[in-house]
Amino acid sequence: MRNLVAFPLLALAVILQSSVVSQVKLLSGYADLPLIMIAAWALQERVKSTWHWAVLVCAMLGFVSKMPWPALVIGYLSIVFVAQALQKRVWQAPLLAMFSVTFIGTLFVNFLSFAALQVLGTNFPLGDVVGLIVLPSLLLNMLFSIPVYTFMRDLARWVYPPEEFE
Amino acid sequence: MNSRSLQTTIIFLVVGGILALALGGFFGSASRQFSSVLIELQTWISSRFLGVQDFVSAPRDIASLRTRNAELETQVSQLQAQVIELQQRVNETEILAALVDFSRTNPESTYKAAAVIGRDPSPFLHYIIINRGSNDDIRRGMPVVTNQGLVGRVDAVIADAARVQLITDPGSAVNSSLQNAKTTAVTFGSVTGDISLDMISQNAVVQPGDLILTSGLGGGYPSDIPIGQVITLRSLEFQLFQQATIQPAVDFSRLAIVLVITNFRPVDIAPLEPQTTP
Repeated sequence: MRNLVAFPLLALAVILQSSVVSQVKLLSGYADLPLIMIAAWALQERVKSTWHWAVLVCAMLGFVSKMPWPALVIGYLSIVFVAQALQKRVWQAPLLAMFSVTFIGTLFVNFLSFAALQVLGTNFPLGDVVGLIVLPSLLLNMLFSIPVYTFMRDLARWVYPPEEFE
Repeated sequence: MNSRSLQTTIIFLVVGGILALALGGFFGSASRQFSSVLIELQTWISSRFLGVQDFVSAPRDIASLRTRNAELETQVSQLQAQVIELQQRVNETEILAALVDFSRTNPESTYKAAAVIGRDPSPFLHYIIINRGSNDDIRRGMPVVTNQGLVGRVDAVIADAARVQLITDPGSAVNSSLQNAKTTAVTFGSVTGDISLDMISQNAVVQPGDLILTSGLGGGYPSDIPIGQVITLRSLEFQLFQQATIQPAVDFSRLAIVLVITNFRPVDIAPLEPQTTP
């Protein structure tokens, strides 16, 4: 039941992304708060609702953004997949896993967006995209990843209390 | 007269006599010495009393001062918040006044003011979200302007909000005209948010500072809305067209309130375009 917190929380994340985070630019890139939150959520040990959260955030982003929704769905679900795969392997170093997922996820989502928009006819110079969007976004996402991971870890403890599993 | 009343009378006479002599100046030096001793004594007692009073009441004063200080700090922060709020209102009023002036000087169009409430979450796209939608008769394709110039056009609409594609979006193309050169061109957006002018005829004479307006060709935008000014021109002989970089008329990083032109219906010329047959 506590999983229903996903609705207000992710809605708030999308609103913050649209109204605040998108204004804090580094060159032409900015952080992707929903992406970091999904990555951090997927890395929590006991969490079982990651796929639901990812689909929900894709639906919300698809509603707000002009970005083609298949690109969003493929990108975010891939992040969940990578996070869960890494979580099983490097569970003893959660921050390392968080950095890795953020790094891989940011690159993947950005290049997927680039490819999707290219297919739809928008012309982007790849050099500009890498230098002005992808790398600055990657840096900002890495910076945001630690506080977001801490927050999502505490949230996971609240949504999945330890006593339920003991 | 009994002995008690006689005693009292004598005392009164003696005291009265002494006072009379003192007032008459007969005890001058003696009274000065006496009074100075009294004053010194009083000063000493008073200073000691004040010291004791300070010692006793000081902690209470510090506590009350701290309370008062906290109250004043709260008051200052409230006033600062009020100042910020009022400053925001002043800024908003200035923007609205400019927009009203703009709508008065362009009475041929009907405008609907809207606040910018968000931007596209993706850094690849340059879209804004405004707080007016189909409930306010906003429709897809309507041009969006400010008093400075063209902003973009409505791309998607829901009941109480709409998404606007800015002219800085990489997918945006606006048919434009150069006011001085009397020629048409196309304004394109880019991933960096800069806009550029392309497809300028090689025969056109373009100078930095030339004003760029919408041409109205294609039916996507009304004509003669300012877009920006030419900064630099690139003209190569082996290319079909000249290109120019543009300084936009609108500051897209500070968009707060925009105007949607509600009496403009974009024309869909797709059926008129020639079909390519394989």
